[in-house]
Amino acid sequence: MAIIEARGLTKRFDGLMAVDHIDLDVEEGEIFGFLGPNGAGKTTTIKMLTTLLKPSEGEAKVCGYDVVKQPDLVRRSIGVVFQEPALDDQLTGRENLDFHARLYGLNRREREERIEEVLELVGLADRADELVKNYSGGMRRRLEIARGFIHHPRILFLDEPTLGLDVQTRRAIWNYIMKLNKKEGITIFLTTHYLEEADKLSDRVAIIDNGKILAVDSPRKLKDMIGSDVITLRCSEPNRLKNILESISWVRDVKHHGEELSIYVEIGETKIPKIIKIAEENGIRISSITLREPTLEDVYLNFTGKTIREEAKPTIRRPPPRFRRWR
Amino acid sequence: MNSPELQAIYVMWMRQLKRFMRARSRLIANIIQPFFFLAFLGLGLRPIKLPGLITGMSYLDFLAPGMIAMSIIFASMFAGVSIIWDRQFGFLKEILVAPVSRLSIVIGRTFGGATVSIIQGFIILAVSILFGVKINLMGLIPGLFLMLLIAFFAVGFGIALASRMEDPHAFSLIMNLVMMPATFLSTAFFPLESTTSWLRIMIYMNPLTYIVDGLRGCLTNMFSISPWIDLTVTVFLCAATMSIGTYLFNKSEA
Repeated sequence: MAIIEARGLTKRFDGLMAVDHIDLDVEEGEIFGFLGPNGAGKTTTIKMLTTLLKPSEGEAKVCGYDVVKQPDLVRRSIGVVFQEPALDDQLTGRENLDFHARLYGLNRREREERIEEVLELVGLADRADELVKNYSGGMRRRLEIARGFIHHPRILFLDEPTLGLDVQTRRAIWNYIMKLNKKEGITIFLTTHYLEEADKLSDRVAIIDNGKILAVDSPRKLKDMIGSDVITLRCSEPNRLKNILESISWVRDVKHHGEELSIYVEIGETKIPKIIKIAEENGIRISSITLREPTLEDVYLNFTGKTIREEAKPTIRRPPPRFRRWR
Repeated sequence: MNSPELQAIYVMWMRQLKRFMRARSRLIANIIQPFFFLAFLGLGLRPIKLPGLITGMSYLDFLAPGMIAMSIIFASMFAGVSIIWDRQFGFLKEILVAPVSRLSIVIGRTFGGATVSIIQGFIILAVSILFGVKINLMGLIPGLFLMLLIAFFAVGFGIALASRMEDPHAFSLIMNLVMMPATFLSTAFFPLESTTSWLRIMIYMNPLTYIVDGLRGCLTNMFSISPWIDLTVTVFLCAATMSIGTYLFNKSEA
């Protein structure tokens, strides 16, 4: 039985479809990645699954409990790390954990044991008695992750766990998440718009765009779906070359995005000379050409017709949420 | 203390106490205003003769209970309204996603706010005594009871406001445009007996009047209104803001 089960889950905000009839089955023990651009409906989905928002339509069961009818039982069995920091920075790290452990009804002995354990796991034992306001962004995230699983939840929800963190810290967080999944056997449901994150961490990935799930599978299988190789090139007339290539039998697909063409083929190294020849015969000048294995980016492009970076662009101008509060 | 709901009340209370102990600047900011009023207005106007004051009572004696009430009301309102900051800083989500009822969260915050504001009220009381204010010691027990009611009323009011307000800046607007004039018209600064006509009507219509009069009565034996009316109004206000606050907080989303 799936540990998270959603059927036709929908949320409308004033007529806007934030989440549009999605079906989900997350298996116990897996790391499930929810990949999509900002505004795709990831946070709204998490809020519904964690009982913070009521669905407009459809239903969802978490650990076998209905999120609308049995919110308390759902809450007891999950841990949540929100996208925006949710710590009291006037308290110390340990006090934040103690606050949480008490809210979840752990007794004194359990609290003491467990707080030490989780602090150790996220490497914060030596800084536990400092006020959170003196913590760095990465430390705060680690503390929040530690807090999220202190009460032995069966599922840990992580909403954009590494948003706004530098590369090194991001990798460290990934390690903690994987360790947690292995050591404590917790099912992890994480949302992200970082392709690498979804690829590295997830056993299975769901690609979501405009509130709809477009594909669900393991990163490997998703990549296999689009072919073994991707040839990316820049040329003088991308549209015309795309039309020409699309009629060729060994070309599985061609996508045009920005100034680049992505061509999905098998055994790419033998196809490069052929493509160059075709372009020359048609008087199209190729300025660069590369061959690589498909990434989740290609999968994403394949399903949505755009790259996730193109999607993310307009929101970059807005300060990221974790800094917005300082204004 | 093993029931989760009791634990929730306890941690919410404890958290406010800890924050209060650590934020000394806030404590000073909260008590500086009533302190200045007492020190400058009270000592400066001490010899003034006002109608309604009982024999042997100076203006400073009259002013002190009002300032205690004012500091409790403002500090409690702030404690209630601080839900807005919790929402702004995200901490509210941590509380709302926990498997405890919102009622426990409201109760915990109310007790926390009341404890903190009554400590501040007692600081003002101690300062008053240092300045030579004559306090009726027998009245301290009903006075403390009244202080609790006052604190509950103001925390409830703050929670209600916070549940409807998105913007923390609106709070200072309400403080300046509503709470300050209401305090001036509450007989905290001048007795009911020294006013006439429309001003007196406004004072009677102001709920804070009964709160201030009740507390002054307990601490100095000077009642301008009947103690039972004061108590009834205060209990009613307390019940009203607490239930409205709980109701609105229940409906609000993180």
